[in-house]
Amino acid sequence: MGQRKGGIAGLWYDDHECVVAATKVREAGFKKFDAITPFPVHGMEEAVGIKRSPIPYIAFGAGATGLLAGVGLQYWTSAVSFPLNVGGKPFFSGPAFIPVMFELTILFAALSSVGALFAMCRLPKIDPPVIDPDLTSHKFALFIPEDDVGYNADRCEQLLKSLGAKEIKRLSDY
Amino acid sequence: MSSVARKPLILGSKTYKDITDDICAPVEAPATKRWFGLLLGAKALFLFYIVHIAIIIGTGMGLLGVNHPVAWGTMIITFVFWIGIGHAGTLISAILYLFRQKWRTSVARSAEAMTVFAVMTAGIFPLIHTGRPWLDFWLLPYPNQRGPLWVNFRSPLLWDVFAVSTYATVSTVFWYVGLVPDLATIRDRAKTKLRRLIYGTLSLGWRGSSRDWAHYEIVYLLLAGLSTPLVLSVHTIVSFDFAVSMLPGWHTTIFPPYFVAGAVFSGFGMVITLLTLVRIGFPKFKDYITIDHMEVMNKIIMTTGLMVGYAYGSEFFIAWYSGNHYEVYAFTNRAFGPYWWSYWIMISCNVVIPQLFWFERFRRSIPVMFVVSIFVNIGMWFERFVITVTSLHRDFLPSNWGMYAWSWFDSAILFGSFGMFLTIFLLYLKFVPAISIAEVKPVLYVGKKRPGHEGGH
Repeated sequence: MGQRKGGIAGLWYDDHECVVAATKVREAGFKKFDAITPFPVHGMEEAVGIKRSPIPYIAFGAGATGLLAGVGLQYWTSAVSFPLNVGGKPFFSGPAFIPVMFELTILFAALSSVGALFAMCRLPKIDPPVIDPDLTSHKFALFIPEDDVGYNADRCEQLLKSLGAKEIKRLSDY
Repeated sequence: MSSVARKPLILGSKTYKDITDDICAPVEAPATKRWFGLLLGAKALFLFYIVHIAIIIGTGMGLLGVNHPVAWGTMIITFVFWIGIGHAGTLISAILYLFRQKWRTSVARSAEAMTVFAVMTAGIFPLIHTGRPWLDFWLLPYPNQRGPLWVNFRSPLLWDVFAVSTYATVSTVFWYVGLVPDLATIRDRAKTKLRRLIYGTLSLGWRGSSRDWAHYEIVYLLLAGLSTPLVLSVHTIVSFDFAVSMLPGWHTTIFPPYFVAGAVFSGFGMVITLLTLVRIGFPKFKDYITIDHMEVMNKIIMTTGLMVGYAYGSEFFIAWYSGNHYEVYAFTNRAFGPYWWSYWIMISCNVVIPQLFWFERFRRSIPVMFVVSIFVNIGMWFERFVITVTSLHRDFLPSNWGMYAWSWFDSAILFGSFGMFLTIFLLYLKFVPAISIAEVKPVLYVGKKRPGHEGGH
């Protein structure tokens, strides 16, 4: 999410409780808060209010590009640049060109989706600060950044505690 | 609640922390003597392999048994064998993901690692088989000063270049994307600076934000959706190397589905072989890779075994039904000609022996499934031997007939390739979590009551 910023984090030891809390935090009016979990928690996207990822459109576009690249490469090399008569087959041998068209479609789509994933998650991050090392193991956190709508450190702490947070951490840099 | 309760996927009463601890333990604990012993053995075999490949490249392909008329030999046979092994990994990681098979989570990581390493092992063979591996870049369509003269896009061998390299790239990327959150787990548990640096770099600074997970899950789904047709296309195209030719025994339309079924069959054989050993090496993994998991895979082995059995029968039927003398001869010669023994090894290993899995007792017995899986591996290597050698050695003209001249170097590269594969696989077991931590946790409570929650989930 762009620049690093401070904020307040609440930690839960149970994924369901964290999802319930996330729903409540969103209902309290916060928009930019985030959940940090060791695995994709069922229902968390809805609870935090995250829109569906646009990556499938990128994958489709890249796949279509790959397909056209396959057609273009084979057409140009076999029929334009150096037309060779191979066994009397047409220079543009449609059916024979399908495998390479298919493979390039898959290759472009797959690599672009992963590229888009890295771009959207802003990976790689160099040694980013971590709220708690157990957040990649068995703890679940909600983080409210200081620039969120109506942020007030004490009020947020109160809210997270009332939602059952087992630990509260104030961060100056996340 | 349905009346048939689901069986738990993870045994014992574990918490999320226990899962992390169990799976990270082999990566974090000092290497055991047994592991070093195995690595040393595999490494020795690998070095033996490298030396023999170097001699073959230095001297020439004549060291192998390839000759006229059997111009395709061990290199191609073993290439198809290893590529086929890889298919089970993609089936588990991609196809079963699309079918929402939750049991796949425990075995997906290792099966996919097997895919990547098997494709690496396989990829070397055709490159050497070209005879002049230093000119292998000629396989790619690159602008050159010879015209420019381009590759022949009408050739199945060229399709193979694209299929196998795409397959290798996409499987590796898929595997790595799956690894990133787990590498972050290891990073956050790291006790030393060096470990933190290495795993921190590899995990790319992953923090598990729910916004990142949202993108991540979509990309994982996309990669599964893309890998599924990809894996089917790869062995289809490998089979085109044979089927597009005019040779009796090769020129059959059944080849693509037959090859794909055989590939999945052999791959699951290798998964069972490896995972029975992993379970012995890491006893704690028995709670994750349970007998139930193994049983399901044995069922797949039997199913795909029956499919290849059907293909063997169908080939014979069509050879007879077609009324083509050359076709009939090719198949009679396969079963009763000079290479009859290879054909019957194939039939007994692939069709007869897996029938043991009709019995639950054998499906759930580790020693039995280990032995059967070894037979499946042997049988599937012989299947490719039968297809390649028996079809080539007696074609249309009797004056053209001959035998494959199996040499010491054929044995060396066949067995040596296992050294390469096992070396990489052993290193993987030590340095990377061999079960997907982030994928196993969401299925922790499948078939179990969740503590502190009413009802089930």
